[in-house]
Amino acid sequence: MGYENATRSLTKVIEMKNITKKFGDFVANDSVNLDIFKGKVHALLGENGAGKSTLMNILYGLYSPTSGEILINGKKVNITNPNIAIDHGIGMVHQHFMLITPFTVAQNIILGREPTSKMSVLNMKKALMDVKEISERYGLYVDPNAKVEDISVGMQQRVEILKALYRGAEILILDEPTAVLTPQEIVELIQIIKNLTKEGKSIILISHKLKEITEAADFCLIIRRGKHIDTVVVSETDEAGLASKMVGREVSFSVAKEDKEAGDEIFSIKDLVVKDNRGIIAVDKLNLSLKKGEIFGLAGIDGNGQTELLEAITGLRKVESGQIMINGKDITNNTPFQVISKKISHIPEDRQKRGLVLDFDISENTILENYYKNPFARKGILQYKNIKVYAKELINKFDVRPKDEAKMARTLSGGNQQKVIIAREVSNNPDLLIAAQPTRGLDVGAIEFVHKSLIEQRDNDKAVFLISFELDEIMNVSDRIAVIYEGKIVGIEDAKDAKIETLGLMMAGGGNK
Amino acid sequence: MKIKFKELRKSIYIFATEKTIGFTLISIFLGLVVGAIFLVAAGFNPFQAYWIMLIGIFSKPSYISYTIIRATPLILTGLSIAFAFKTGLFNIGAEGQFIIGSVAATATGYFLHLPLLIHIPVVIISAVIAAGVWGGIAGYFKAKFGVHEVISTIMLNWIALYFQNFLIYTKGFQKPGGETSYSIQPTANMMILKTWKQSEAGREWLLQHPFWKDLLRTPMNWGFIIAILMAILVWFVLNKTALGYRLRAVGFNKFAAEYGGINVNKNIIISMFIAGALAGLAGALQVVGVSHKVTLIAAMEGYGFDGIAVALIANSNALGCILAGLLFGALKYGGTKIQMFPVKAPSEVISIMIGSIVFFISIPKLIKVILSRKNKKGGTK
Repeated sequence: MGYENATRSLTKVIEMKNITKKFGDFVANDSVNLDIFKGKVHALLGENGAGKSTLMNILYGLYSPTSGEILINGKKVNITNPNIAIDHGIGMVHQHFMLITPFTVAQNIILGREPTSKMSVLNMKKALMDVKEISERYGLYVDPNAKVEDISVGMQQRVEILKALYRGAEILILDEPTAVLTPQEIVELIQIIKNLTKEGKSIILISHKLKEITEAADFCLIIRRGKHIDTVVVSETDEAGLASKMVGREVSFSVAKEDKEAGDEIFSIKDLVVKDNRGIIAVDKLNLSLKKGEIFGLAGIDGNGQTELLEAITGLRKVESGQIMINGKDITNNTPFQVISKKISHIPEDRQKRGLVLDFDISENTILENYYKNPFARKGILQYKNIKVYAKELINKFDVRPKDEAKMARTLSGGNQQKVIIAREVSNNPDLLIAAQPTRGLDVGAIEFVHKSLIEQRDNDKAVFLISFELDEIMNVSDRIAVIYEGKIVGIEDAKDAKIETLGLMMAGGGNK
Repeated sequence: MKIKFKELRKSIYIFATEKTIGFTLISIFLGLVVGAIFLVAAGFNPFQAYWIMLIGIFSKPSYISYTIIRATPLILTGLSIAFAFKTGLFNIGAEGQFIIGSVAATATGYFLHLPLLIHIPVVIISAVIAAGVWGGIAGYFKAKFGVHEVISTIMLNWIALYFQNFLIYTKGFQKPGGETSYSIQPTANMMILKTWKQSEAGREWLLQHPFWKDLLRTPMNWGFIIAILMAILVWFVLNKTALGYRLRAVGFNKFAAEYGGINVNKNIIISMFIAGALAGLAGALQVVGVSHKVTLIAAMEGYGFDGIAVALIANSNALGCILAGLLFGALKYGGTKIQMFPVKAPSEVISIMIGSIVFFISIPKLIKVILSRKNKKGGTK
């Protein structure tokens, strides 16, 4: 029926017309148009660095557009700072929450708009009532007296949404809201979005996850390299259609891989016990083993000991008891340096914290583990010529963009940062490649690339240990699947026989004990 | 004319915001403007004061020499702090490391009796090691117990200060009748041509050559050359060696460094050792080149703290520390000139001026905002 027909009878609350934003010579937005309708969810889809966030920052008053105009309820407005945006009923929930963690939920929500009695004394009673009132109205249940640092990420997100609603937001911008959520929390968030639209709120959903767009959004604007590609009615298309528009070519979702017989055991963990930062046991007598030429997937909900397990293997965290072996050698409580020298490579969970030195350029990042070795250094002097040649080689082989080894890692998009890490780790030619959340925050094009790289390792008879919170990813890529729950492996299945229902049940702790 | 002005403003804006050097120059200029405001407020003519300062720095060979002598320790303490900054540490302890360096230099300079060409290197190296260990203590505390280096180095500063005062009252080290130590042996003295200067023939020759006479009036020594060489060495180590790679990786992102197999704790200790050694070198050069002894000190002398300002002005660039140290030395030395006739302004004005230069450099954002506002207005109208 088409976008024009579908929107004819709806009320426009926001019109962004021909928005162009240039940073120097770089065009972040190139005459993009966006209409937001009352009570509807409008998704903004595009690869990392396509210009989604720029467009939203313009709407929220963080950037001013180079050209173009914004109309709210038919009136032209000039949004030069976020306060003006808030006054126009626009609220934004950032990807990284802006909460004061030692404060309570209610204190965070009222911050900046505190209800006061006479003499400017804070009226906490009224604040608590207000918070309770809006949280019940939209089905956003929170404990107003809990401290933010004690509640889950999903709850923190609700606090952010409530904060915006408390300030009278009619239009809510949600920037990559599901990036940090567990599958169950995503379901809850989609329900919250539906409740909000029922109450007449409009939602702008920034995302590159196709699944949640098809589930939650009514319309979808697709941006590619700053250009307005199309606006579609979501119910008239599917994930494949959206994906090809976003990337500009056909994308395959199923991962092509051939059957392969796994080889001998190469890596094993016996009765491993690891404590978390608070001193509580996070990995509890865990056992597992990996064979050459297989991808071993570890499924589980965030916080069940995955991080601690990884850090214990890679030498970043102390092992309390148990044993970790590779190639018949004991690496329990080895330093990271020793672990690396035993041919274990690691694509870390948090690429910006662990994986890259953001203020180093690409070439310096490609030698992070090998900077002292010939040909990168001779007699302690770095050989920049050789480093450059090596970095160029990796950039070409792994298609890192831009193709400039002198670019700071900080300036790369998430997908390209991940490519640099994968290039570095795979080029170390490891016997065991640990990939933790390797596709987190990446768009479909980059995900496809990461999965291909993992499978290539497997086909070269290496062992790959994949840890992911995305069950789809585990099921698509792995040969064998284990489920971790409260620090223990609660089940191992062959990927061919695995069913999403049984895995899901095990992840929630209801498996075959 | 109007358009030209607009273009000029735009180019100033680009110069000031996109190039570090331009930004630094503008900060220095703003600092001078604020200093001028204070001069006016105190009833002085700022143009006269700055002019006196300028000729007080450049008009005679001895003035230039004094400026360089003043700048030498500042270049090195600046390097010490800049080096620590580059490796993710804030070395407030350059002050104490300077003191330890000068005490060690005085002790080895006075107690040891060695031939000329060996004595000076021995003095300098022992001072550098002593101060390096002093800095390394803070690094060890950080690596081992997680004590923040700002806290430990501030405390070590006071320990160093009272340690020096304690030694000055120690028999055998104290020069009888004074609140100073004995002077170092002549073999440890690094002043240029010091014996010749005082000899009969030398005095005669100098009388006929007023330029050299004026220049050699000052305690000119090799310290400045050593400081420049150190700046080049620090730059080289940080940017061209595997050690520098390691230290910078730890400084930028210790988590990634740890992940990459780099021993973070070891590198923190190494970095603090090197930072301490650089500040200690400053102290040693001051002793062998200028003061030849240590004196009772009531409060911190400020070499280390001024070094923080030098490192900030230099944007933690090792080579930039040479220029920033010279600027600082010039301001400090020139500042003493406006205290004298005919201006007779209080030296505090010079402190205010230096303070405001550092202030403007430390708040780059504010300057950028001010400039971009101006530029936007100029651009759209």
